Amino acid sequence: MTLARFVRKNAFRNKRRSILTVLSIGFSLLLLTFMMTIWRAFYIDEGSAESTQRVIVRNKVSLVFSIPAYYREKIRALPGVKSVVPERWFGGTYKDANKEKQFAQFGTDPQELFSVYRDFHIPQDQLEAWQRDRAGCVVDADLAKQHGWKVGDRIFIKGTIFPFDLELTIRGIFTAPAKTETLYFDNTYIEEAYKPVKGMVGFYGVLADSPQSVPQVAKAIDAEFRNADRATKSESEKAFGLGWIAMMGNVKAFILSICAAVVFATLLVSANTIAMSIRERTREVSVLKTLGFTRRTVLGLFIGEAVSVALAGGLLGVIATPGLIWLMAQSPQGGFFFSNIKITGMTVLVAMLAAATVGFVSAFVPAYHASRGNIVEGLRHIG
Amino acid sequence: MAVPISYNIRNLVLRKGATVMTALGIALTVATAIFILALLAGLRDAFTTSGDPNNVLVLRKGSNSELAAGGVDRDAMQVIRDLPGIARNSQGDPMVSGEDILVIVLPRLDGTGETNVTVRFLTSQGIQMRPEVKLAAGRWFTPGQREIVVSKSVHQRFGQANIGDSIWIGKGPWQVVGIFDSGGSAHESEVWADVNQLASDFDRTTYSSVLIRATDQLSANALKNQVTDDQRLKLNGMLEPDYYAQQTSTGGPIKFVGFVVAFVMAVGSCFAAMNTMYAAVAYRSREIATLRVLGFSRPSILTSFVLESLMLALLGATVGIVLMLPFNGMTTGTSNPVTFSEAVFSLRMTTRVVMSATIFAVVMGLFGGMAPAWHAARQNILNALRG
Repeated sequence: MTLARFVRKNAFRNKRRSILTVLSIGFSLLLLTFMMTIWRAFYIDEGSAESTQRVIVRNKVSLVFSIPAYYREKIRALPGVKSVVPERWFGGTYKDANKEKQFAQFGTDPQELFSVYRDFHIPQDQLEAWQRDRAGCVVDADLAKQHGWKVGDRIFIKGTIFPFDLELTIRGIFTAPAKTETLYFDNTYIEEAYKPVKGMVGFYGVLADSPQSVPQVAKAIDAEFRNADRATKSESEKAFGLGWIAMMGNVKAFILSICAAVVFATLLVSANTIAMSIRERTREVSVLKTLGFTRRTVLGLFIGEAVSVALAGGLLGVIATPGLIWLMAQSPQGGFFFSNIKITGMTVLVAMLAAATVGFVSAFVPAYHASRGNIVEGLRHIG
Repeated sequence: MAVPISYNIRNLVLRKGATVMTALGIALTVATAIFILALLAGLRDAFTTSGDPNNVLVLRKGSNSELAAGGVDRDAMQVIRDLPGIARNSQGDPMVSGEDILVIVLPRLDGTGETNVTVRFLTSQGIQMRPEVKLAAGRWFTPGQREIVVSKSVHQRFGQANIGDSIWIGKGPWQVVGIFDSGGSAHESEVWADVNQLASDFDRTTYSSVLIRATDQLSANALKNQVTDDQRLKLNGMLEPDYYAQQTSTGGPIKFVGFVVAFVMAVGSCFAAMNTMYAAVAYRSREIATLRVLGFSRPSILTSFVLESLMLALLGATVGIVLMLPFNGMTTGTSNPVTFSEAVFSLRMTTRVVMSATIFAVVMGLFGGMAPAWHAARQNILNALRG
């Protein structure tokens, strides 16, 4: 019998206990992997190649304030800028104002929207149809599926921020690399229906010529309008998104404290199991030592046992994570965010490493004591 | 006959290591649950205790937020002032306050980036209509000056918010001249300034909202309907508490993720408790058989072990509650989806939160203890005595 086989046999000797431990560690590791996946999506992921090339320009005071429409041509003239498109949040409610069925609506320029958002795809004839119709709109393919819309359908959106309602005809359906839940319509509609915002836009989406030039482009734009009537704040699309996350509260501390609690709980579970199993085997350990196994080997055997149980739990947790993300994506509240995140190889690796470390640390103290114990005392032990 | 509880207590004490580790595991789960529940309780508190039932908030029709384009114009304001049932102040003027809302960005002091803060522009009349708001330091703003008064939590959480500092709003710097205590209402997240100064800075001819103080609750309801039904006004009136109550959707993401986290952790803890209890049962199989021989029935053995598991869970719950006590009252903020700005609130470990967390632990103890207790009660006496 090899040592590895000995470890495996012992690790699953008490089947019920091992299964319960694996399940318990598995659930904790599921949470850990899940939290790390969210962390990755928020703070590490770069986004699509096209997304890293985009800059969002908004009013320096706050996104709630608009910026002048004449900035557009000035931004376009700056070096490194390829395309500029204005966008304005309409914030209306669709149909019965049912919260779960709401989506974003932006007033924009149909001529240039898809040259800034080059990772969005729309059939050419639909795009042209939209560009010809001022009361037309284009919708995300997922959104269209969800509401059962097709090209030519009319939709009615009630204004809440603006004192008028939108009556739009769907002219096209676009696909995006990630779920957007967005409807775009012609900003002229807003300008004509509500004069006070004429000549103003909410923010600009700017396409830089390469991801490397994004910081310079952002800096150049802000410098251009530093002393203008309304100063701007420009940042990469990713940074802009992080701003929204930061507004949700101290998300980093929230995720980190949950991860810490989970790891500590796993440690307790694993330590408890290994302590129980070592206590039961005090006599066996003495027999092993009598047979000539060194302290080091005995220590290694127990640690090996704990690490394999923890790894089995970790594996279970990692395998279950995509399932949990899928479940979250089905829910109305989390669907938008969770359908866009994926577990990566790196996250899996870190989770498995965490499991192995927990197994190792939890077993060390009890196993060390067992390996150091007095042989004669141990043989006398009545378990 | 029931097995005495002292038997279970002694067993828990005897197996110290396993008891402590399992209880700590449950304690961590309970602490997480308390954290999430306390956050939600604090949020709910900030919004449901806000607003006076005698106050009617008037917004443009179709709008559900004070942060909407085009609100109440000055003509409509005149019509509103003449409505019946409006309370009058000591000078005999109707208590009506035209207000405006802006959102500005301030850097957080703890270095976690910047966030949106609501600036409410109002008159001294508007301040009088919110008696729960009191000046804590400095003075109120002077009409016609670019002066602002910040709430206590804005003062504590953001840079540039000490008395004497200035914050850039629109066309120029506004000086901080005072700090107010909102008495736990939703104004805790706000900055206040003079509405007339704003109107001249921004050329605003409309108010984003109007607050009316009614003489009593009956007239408040009547005023609400009158404003809403008046075809000339195109306005919508609602009772102030109702307005804030609809904002409790704030914190939706916390609630959603929090419940998932608590649930998954609870399942993990259940398995851990089950493990400990199975070990306890296995360890004592001869004892249990002896108890049976002595005449203790199966149901009483079952009850005894379930009770032991419950005690373990309650011990965990107590530790978890104690662990979380230092966090009670801690202030934090999250984004309010209605006003697009930060809503400040504190963690509140109310009796309800503590009770729910305890029940949560009891459920874990029940699930963890049921199967092992069943196993203990069902085992064969003769085999166990021999084993």
